[in-house]
Amino acid sequence: MLQISLWKRVVIWAVVAAGLILALPNLFYGRVEVHNDALAAIEAQGGVATPEQELDAGFWPSFLPSGIVNLGLDLRGGAHLLAEVHVEDVYADRLDGMWPEVRNALRAERAAIGTIRRQDSAPDELRVRIGEPAGIDRAVGVVRDLARPIVSLTGVGASDIEVSAEGSDVVIRLSEAERAATDARTVQQSLEIIRRRVDEVGTREPTIQRQGEDRILIQVPGIGSAEELKGLIGTTARLTFQSVVGRTTDADSRPGAGNVLMPSLDEQGTYYIVEDRVVVSGEELTDAQPAFDQNGRPAVNFRFNPQGARKFGEYTAENIGSPFGIILDGEVISAPVIQSHIPGGSGIITGNFSVEGSTELAVLLRAGALPAGMTFLEERTIGPELGQDSIDAGKVASVVAFAGVLVFMALSYGLFGLIANLALIINVGLIFGLLSLIGATLTLPGIAGIVLTIGMAVDANVLVFERIKEELKRAKGPARAIELGYEKALSAILDANVTTFITAAILFVMGSGPVRGFSVTLGLGILTSVFTAIFVTRLMIVIWFERRRPKVLEV
Amino acid sequence: MRLRLVPAETNWDFFRTWKITFGLSVLAVLASLVAFAVIGLNYGIDFRGGTTIRTESSQPIDVAAYRDAIAPLGLGDVSITEVFDAGFGEDEHVAQIRIEAQGDGDASVAAETVLAVEAALQELDPSITFPSVESVGPKVSGELVQSAVLAVVLAIGAVLFYIWLRFEWQFSVGAVAALIHDVIVTIGIFSVLQIKFDLAIIAALLTIVGYSLNDTVVVFDRVRENLIRFKQMELKDVLNLSINETLSRTVMTSVTTLLALISLFVLGGDVIRGFVFAMIWGVVIGTYSSIFVASAVLLKLGVKRDWSKPDAKAGTQFADIDA
Repeated sequence: MLQISLWKRVVIWAVVAAGLILALPNLFYGRVEVHNDALAAIEAQGGVATPEQELDAGFWPSFLPSGIVNLGLDLRGGAHLLAEVHVEDVYADRLDGMWPEVRNALRAERAAIGTIRRQDSAPDELRVRIGEPAGIDRAVGVVRDLARPIVSLTGVGASDIEVSAEGSDVVIRLSEAERAATDARTVQQSLEIIRRRVDEVGTREPTIQRQGEDRILIQVPGIGSAEELKGLIGTTARLTFQSVVGRTTDADSRPGAGNVLMPSLDEQGTYYIVEDRVVVSGEELTDAQPAFDQNGRPAVNFRFNPQGARKFGEYTAENIGSPFGIILDGEVISAPVIQSHIPGGSGIITGNFSVEGSTELAVLLRAGALPAGMTFLEERTIGPELGQDSIDAGKVASVVAFAGVLVFMALSYGLFGLIANLALIINVGLIFGLLSLIGATLTLPGIAGIVLTIGMAVDANVLVFERIKEELKRAKGPARAIELGYEKALSAILDANVTTFITAAILFVMGSGPVRGFSVTLGLGILTSVFTAIFVTRLMIVIWFERRRPKVLEV
Repeated sequence: MRLRLVPAETNWDFFRTWKITFGLSVLAVLASLVAFAVIGLNYGIDFRGGTTIRTESSQPIDVAAYRDAIAPLGLGDVSITEVFDAGFGEDEHVAQIRIEAQGDGDASVAAETVLAVEAALQELDPSITFPSVESVGPKVSGELVQSAVLAVVLAIGAVLFYIWLRFEWQFSVGAVAALIHDVIVTIGIFSVLQIKFDLAIIAALLTIVGYSLNDTVVVFDRVRENLIRFKQMELKDVLNLSINETLSRTVMTSVTTLLALISLFVLGGDVIRGFVFAMIWGVVIGTYSSIFVASAVLLKLGVKRDWSKPDAKAGTQFADIDA
């Protein structure tokens, strides 16, 4: 007969209660958000709270769960970027770094191989021509000895370079395994730097994650536009100090050996001839702050680490009276003349900055330079008003949908309909509880997924109720009819929901962004609706039945 | 007093006119394929790259003036559509501007292009604002097309496999015929109505697949049960009986789902209207197809009836293993 053991009843109610408590914070979204922000701020300060923060933290009792559903960009407004990192940029740097070592090793063998000269080559190879072609095997052997084994999961036993001979040239390339390792490192580094730069601006819950081989997805809620975000993260921000040889307005002038021509950042049509050699680079900076120069114009203060300070000090001591260039990403910010020896390792960058410009430059310098350039494959900006409109519309639509289904079910199934309605309310509560628990992000299609679930969640109940009706027609007693109804409807419920769940899972794996948000709510909705239909409504019907013991059942 | 959408006892013959309904379905599929080939889908930037700018203004929108303002920039194919929604206020005028992908690089549309368009429109109408700007580069859009097609194919394949596992293969074929019918007819209606076809619509398509299947599986589940119960009954009668028995449920579920979706369609804002439209269409067509396509295919394919005797053909492919 209709029996559900006590422990099962306890477990069912416990799951429902846990789900609803987890969902509770979402009803007080604003309050919980203030509470969470305050807690995060207090933690960031090392546990010391200002009275104001104490007050904010008190907005929500700490014994209750405080997880809330994150709102996606389409609901909150913000910017979305998909960037592709040019991992191959780094190969050239790696090979350049190898050149002194290769040169020294070959020099030791000069007797056998003659003169050594580096040749211009494609960026992914290092080409060295030797004077005595007969010694090429020897040269290749010497360079090959420089190869280092790399330790990685896939490349066991592989070394970092491949050396080959082409005529009288020794050609050095990065090995496949080394490239893969470099790529992974480059993307990881870019990710970290982007994260630091975005965190400096201090917005709530930015999403910065690696996607595929060489892509990074960046979503920052609350930022004005994708353009602004790009300005922040899209700059390589490679700062160097180099000697300035001269100035010209001719873009085609030849800079001469060992020099390069670089445009000025502010003055259109002005170019500087700059020595190739970098005196000090941005990696040696320890701090950069927005400031004002003696004329009250925005500027950036910087400080070098001891190493950088020493190099900078020596250089300025030797070159008093000559100009030197402060260069950002291949453009000359300014080229002041060295007035005196600067020993302390700190200085100021002046230029044609706005206050925002100097703040942004300081942020970029502090966070460090990106290891490689990036292309933006996808960019989206959603204004906060549009997001708010979408939330409002989604809320109204959900409430109306909910009310419509509730009324319809009550009219169609009477008491059983009311029980199904109660289960439906629990169901939506459980969806929000689960979403909060896993920290999912709610998007506009996600809301559509919930609304769709509201419509479809009753399906399992309808299947059972219709089945009970049929069993009643076959002149079974009420208790037997209810039992058979559940028993026989079960296979249809499972088959129907498993198939829908399969599609939700595929959407989750294949989809991105909003589509994924939709699949999450749809998938969770299927789980909770099956749970409520099979366990919760059944338990409620059984409890009602035990109390009343009706002779006739009307479904 | 109970609300009854379907009489308590129905005994309708769903296959009396099966040639007509099935023919209609085949015709609809063919027409959809033709529409897709001739008119084509109105792809959003997700699938063909480019930029969309949403504008909002207190001034009424003059599409021709907008077009004239943008034309001097020489951006190629620019489409401007005004957006209407019941939720907009009196002085809320919204338009959607789409610019095709520029140049042949991988990157999304250059910032200067967007700024130039925005400046041109601002000159025309100082009160204009740009609540959203989205750009997708051609490289990503190509990949999105691939993964979208793959997702739909995978979903149909997975479902085919599951049903084959749970039922007989004839059921599987019937269910998938219904699915393909639904997907193609939906693509057809999107071609004819030229509703923007973007990533969200793919999600809707897959939901349709899920819903249509849900419906089909419920009917099939009953067919399986009745086949065992009424061993002597004609297959056609078993199918009819099963459809009639589950009809009340089919209609109830469709109505509740439609109730929810229609409220989303009317009140949910214009951003997801296309998405919701696809789902409403899918619910209607999915309900239809589970009866008139899936079951009709099952009827024509026939199905193994006698479950007690071993199938004469079963296992023949392995018969030689022992020998």
